[in-house]
Amino acid sequence: MATSVALNSVAKAYGAVSVIENLNLNIEPGEFTVFVGPSGCGKSTLLRMIAGLEPISGGDLVIDGQRMNDVPAAQRGIAMVFQSYALYPHMNVQQNLAFGLETARMPKDVIAQRVQHAADILKIEPLLKRKPKQLSGGQRQRVAIGRAIVREPKIFLFDEPLSNLDAELRVAMRVEIAKLHRDLGNTMIYVTHDQVEAMTMADKIVVLRAGVIEQVGAPLELYNRPRNLFVAGFIGSPKMNFLPDGNGTLGIRPEHVSLSSGVPLGDMRVEVVENLGGQTVVHATAAGGTPFTLLLDGQQRIDVGTSLPVFMDPDHAHRFDAKGERIGGAA
Amino acid sequence: MIQSHLRRLVGSHAVAGYGFLLPWLIGFFFLAVGPSLISLYLAFTDFDLLTSPEWVGMANFERILTADAKFMASMRVTFMFVILSVPLKLALALIVAVALNKGLGGLSIYRAIFYLPSLLGASVAIAILWRQLFSGDGLVNMALEPFGIIGPSWISNPNYSLWTLVALSVWQFGAPMIIFLAGLRQIPADLYEAASLDGAGPWRQFRRITVPMITPVIFFNLIIQTIDAFKSFTPSFVISGGTGGPINSTLFYTLYLYQEAFGFFRMGYASALAWILLIIIAVFTALSFLSSRYWVHYDE
Repeated sequence: MATSVALNSVAKAYGAVSVIENLNLNIEPGEFTVFVGPSGCGKSTLLRMIAGLEPISGGDLVIDGQRMNDVPAAQRGIAMVFQSYALYPHMNVQQNLAFGLETARMPKDVIAQRVQHAADILKIEPLLKRKPKQLSGGQRQRVAIGRAIVREPKIFLFDEPLSNLDAELRVAMRVEIAKLHRDLGNTMIYVTHDQVEAMTMADKIVVLRAGVIEQVGAPLELYNRPRNLFVAGFIGSPKMNFLPDGNGTLGIRPEHVSLSSGVPLGDMRVEVVENLGGQTVVHATAAGGTPFTLLLDGQQRIDVGTSLPVFMDPDHAHRFDAKGERIGGAA
Repeated sequence: MIQSHLRRLVGSHAVAGYGFLLPWLIGFFFLAVGPSLISLYLAFTDFDLLTSPEWVGMANFERILTADAKFMASMRVTFMFVILSVPLKLALALIVAVALNKGLGGLSIYRAIFYLPSLLGASVAIAILWRQLFSGDGLVNMALEPFGIIGPSWISNPNYSLWTLVALSVWQFGAPMIIFLAGLRQIPADLYEAASLDGAGPWRQFRRITVPMITPVIFFNLIIQTIDAFKSFTPSFVISGGTGGPINSTLFYTLYLYQEAFGFFRMGYASALAWILLIIIAVFTALSFLSSRYWVHYDE
């Protein structure tokens, strides 16, 4: 039922400027895959190539075993949710949802039934007669998702769909999209620059940098065994601490330190203390002025300007060579 | 005390602001509001430039609306001109703007070329050129001759003469085209991307996305071009030699008004004609605004 996606040696160039080179990736049927990376890493371009909105310069896009490079966007069996929502401002919610189905000349009763079904799933029934400008950001986002649902696509694509929402709504919508995936079981590809979104929603995370895949894996796999310094620094919040270690680098996550036991890392000077209630974040500086963050359980009474003895849990230490590649295993 | 008040007043921003506004205010009151009010008064008189105006009440309006065949002829010609030229001009402007918006190379050059007739169009020189083009031995007939078509004198034939003026007006599509182009560029690209994912082809995208999204621009152009068309004067004056002929077929309302005012010096009567035109334009504009809520889509 669900659909697989394969990118075989895919490349993208704008004139002489190459933005993606020789990219290979397999997405299993029904998987929730998240492309994550900093701005300009090519994650949105990759998504748009899968959608058919950007021509593919080289390699093959294969959906369910069929090469799709030259298949028009509408015939790829995909639906996309845009960052800007891209709702048609002159149509009401119902007309927005029905537009694609009307374009496909579906019977009116089928259109009505599918619109109603999507409205039920997303609880937007009372909004059907409203124009997009009469909706809040969260409601618009639901309509945008509804527009994708009514088409009953094989694959859902999401292009940073939550980045225009406030923090609270973002968390709520994150849960809703995860639920939607659980209920529908479709293959979903989701682009974000927010690693928390990636960690909480994904079955599989694809970390991209400058058009190159740095690592592919399950969220905890990336968290526990980052392949290189970039992935180690990108996945996890607060981000991993890096200390010089001979010719290489020692990586310690802020949550894997202690003030009382473990391998001593020396005294660190406290710069800023953030009390979050359940946890305390301490921003300190290690020897040589290297910034170092500690994430401690509970509410800690720590004064700014004092020195703290810091210890690490050796079982959770990560070691990287001079090129920034992982050495051995951890965790 | 008074001196310091004065100094503060002279140095204030408000005085400086009104100082800069003054030339415009003088022009507005003495060249627009003043003459308008005087013409409103004259519309109820028999003023003829030579004798002092005598109050005649509604007589001018009564005659215009009940006993003036030329008024009816000029109304018919003007309404025909507006109904034919405005939609054709706007349609052409929109088509060219959509074509130019497709990312064509040398856009600024094409834009300038298409805009040029709008700059020249209302001039006497172009009207004279138009007369040469559409006369019996003009360029249009010379171009038709090799195909065995002996064309009439387009401007002398009452069946075609108005069409030559419509053609001249449509040729000046540059100004609305520039405004359409600006409107088209405001449409977010992701609406078209969403539509193409929804399976909409170019025609459906144009009909269901482009046109509704630029209805505010269409509305603006419609109002401006219609008012312009109602007020059109020079082409009819030059091409018909000021007569509105043949057989009143190019007798624009403004030309008739001009004939009454400066041909027969019936200034009172011409003033009444001018106020009727103002009322027609005001009614049209009001109706357009009333209808706009049903077909103009404003985002946000």
